[in-house]
Amino acid sequence: MKITWSRVAINLTVLTLIIIWTLPTLGLFITSFRTKEAISATGWWAAFGQGGFTLDNYNEVLFGGEGMATAFLNTLAVTVPAVVIPILIAAFAAYGFAWLDFPGRRFMFITVVGLLVVPLQIALIPVLTAYLAIDLNGTFLAIWLAHAGFGLALATYLLYNYISQLPKDLIESAALDGASHFTTFTRLILPLSVPALAAFAIFQFLWVWNDYLVATTFLGLNADVQVMTQRLVSITGSRGQDWQLLTSGAFVSMLVPVLVFLGLQRYFIRGLLAGSVKG
Amino acid sequence: MQEADTPAPTRGLGQALATNVGRVVVSIFVPIVAFIVLWVGFLFLRDSGADKLVIVAVAIVWGIGGVALLYVVANWLTEKLPDVWQRRILPFVFVGPAIAILAFYLLIPAVITAWESLLDANGAGFVGLDNYVYAFTNPDMLVAIRNNILWLVLGTLVSTGLGLAIAVLVERSRINRLAKTLIFLPMAISFVGASVIWRFVFSYQPEGQPQIGLLNAILGAFGIAPVSWLTGSPLNTILLVVILIWGQTGFAMVIIGAALKGVPDEMLEAGRIDGANEWQVFRRLIVPTIWPTIVTVATTIAILTLKVYDIVIAMTSGNFNTNVIATLMWDQAFKFFDQGRGAALAIILLIGVTPVIWYNLRQFRGRAI
Repeated sequence: MKITWSRVAINLTVLTLIIIWTLPTLGLFITSFRTKEAISATGWWAAFGQGGFTLDNYNEVLFGGEGMATAFLNTLAVTVPAVVIPILIAAFAAYGFAWLDFPGRRFMFITVVGLLVVPLQIALIPVLTAYLAIDLNGTFLAIWLAHAGFGLALATYLLYNYISQLPKDLIESAALDGASHFTTFTRLILPLSVPALAAFAIFQFLWVWNDYLVATTFLGLNADVQVMTQRLVSITGSRGQDWQLLTSGAFVSMLVPVLVFLGLQRYFIRGLLAGSVKG
Repeated sequence: MQEADTPAPTRGLGQALATNVGRVVVSIFVPIVAFIVLWVGFLFLRDSGADKLVIVAVAIVWGIGGVALLYVVANWLTEKLPDVWQRRILPFVFVGPAIAILAFYLLIPAVITAWESLLDANGAGFVGLDNYVYAFTNPDMLVAIRNNILWLVLGTLVSTGLGLAIAVLVERSRINRLAKTLIFLPMAISFVGASVIWRFVFSYQPEGQPQIGLLNAILGAFGIAPVSWLTGSPLNTILLVVILIWGQTGFAMVIIGAALKGVPDEMLEAGRIDGANEWQVFRRLIVPTIWPTIVTVATTIAILTLKVYDIVIAMTSGNFNTNVIATLMWDQAFKFFDQGRGAALAIILLIGVTPVIWYNLRQFRGRAI
């Protein structure tokens, strides 16, 4: 009898936690489909059976003055290369550290480990100064390279952990067959490393897509290139009580990472477990 | 091929120099040429006035393809070299670009920032430690430091503790898969998005008007007057920490949950047979076994709380005494254009994570690479 009661208690507690964790997002979701008048008249929990539902909020936030549609494309343009470029560079480096011998190898790798948790704030002023000197600020290229730079230490570390564990025989037999290191890397190591590459890709994807600090520093105020987090912050500043825009805008910005997350959760967890600190 | 003629490669000064020059050139080759190629393509794209979607698509292909192609070229060039040289230079085709980029984006900036923190607002005159004196005496700064400590302590302890508790509970529940997914889900949401979600929860209307914020509506249901949650310090900072906790508990739960699976059942059974109750099993057996994981999780979240920025900006813009070191750093550097103070605040953040850097390096020292 005691055991069943404790089971009930545990299930109820877990259920309560689920509700607490989910209600805020649910409120956002429901509110994003309500008219401005309906939102200010009643709480979202009382919305059903009252009417006042609309899709106009999305129309307005995407294609109206807030330009979320443009910002969505910009976010995509920022994110894809900012994920792929550091993975590519880090994979090469991880192979070099794991399977090639050269002077300074250990020292360089220790430097990478030391840089894992360095706060990127440390780089903002000098990098911005350099960008301004060559008129690079406010371009996609500027932010790709910045994200690549800031993500590279973790990428190299994670991929090294994986690539250095691949069986030595494999690399040696490839060399015996006359394959160069470059061929071994592109034909053998990269395909074998897909799980690790995917794990880091999801990590970096969420990081870049959701980033605000790097974007606001290096993309700045030019609405042509701004990403969604920047637009959202701008709406909270200028139209902080316009919940129809805030909620629909926030939902648009969340949609892709939430879908990616739900679809690829397993890879993401694997990446987290492989080493989850990032500067 | 001349190399082959010389007997055993003597590593004279000239040769060593040439080797190192070769390595540096190769290391910097990919980043610099990639940069120039990308940059030229970019100017062309920007001036072409093409459709946004086209620009985005071309930019993606251009950016990724450009970098990949350059590795191919660097490798191809290196393979043209005589064997001895190839062996010396090739590793740097692989690791060089990563090292060069890390140097440009983190290492060198750290040194420059450290130096700038000793200079005045324009980076012209040397002011010694004045910027640090400012950082630890200015009243706004002191509030920010207090807030950061609140973030650090509350955010780290509650996220980790709740994550541990939920990880244990969820395993014994029937709805564990659903619970894990839903509690983990906020990890996918940006801090800015999460802030919008919670702004709505904390929303406040003057008494008498309909309360559309969940929290004030609940108070209203009990006949309590609505509270303006975000205007009173330090309550507002504590509520901002709640947003971080909402986001990070799932992370703690997943990592700790994975460690829990590694705790051997036999050990727990043995404990129970010896007469330990469930709490004692948890406290004396489970927690000590997974302690290293708990420390890792807590450290990761602690670093996050030190650097917290987005939540504060999106919730209050730092008003009502909610500023933290990172928001003041940004304001000093990019709003008030006081480079020296901005740099000093960045260095203070770096000092904050130094114990973790030291720990990581120490962990690593014993490992062969």
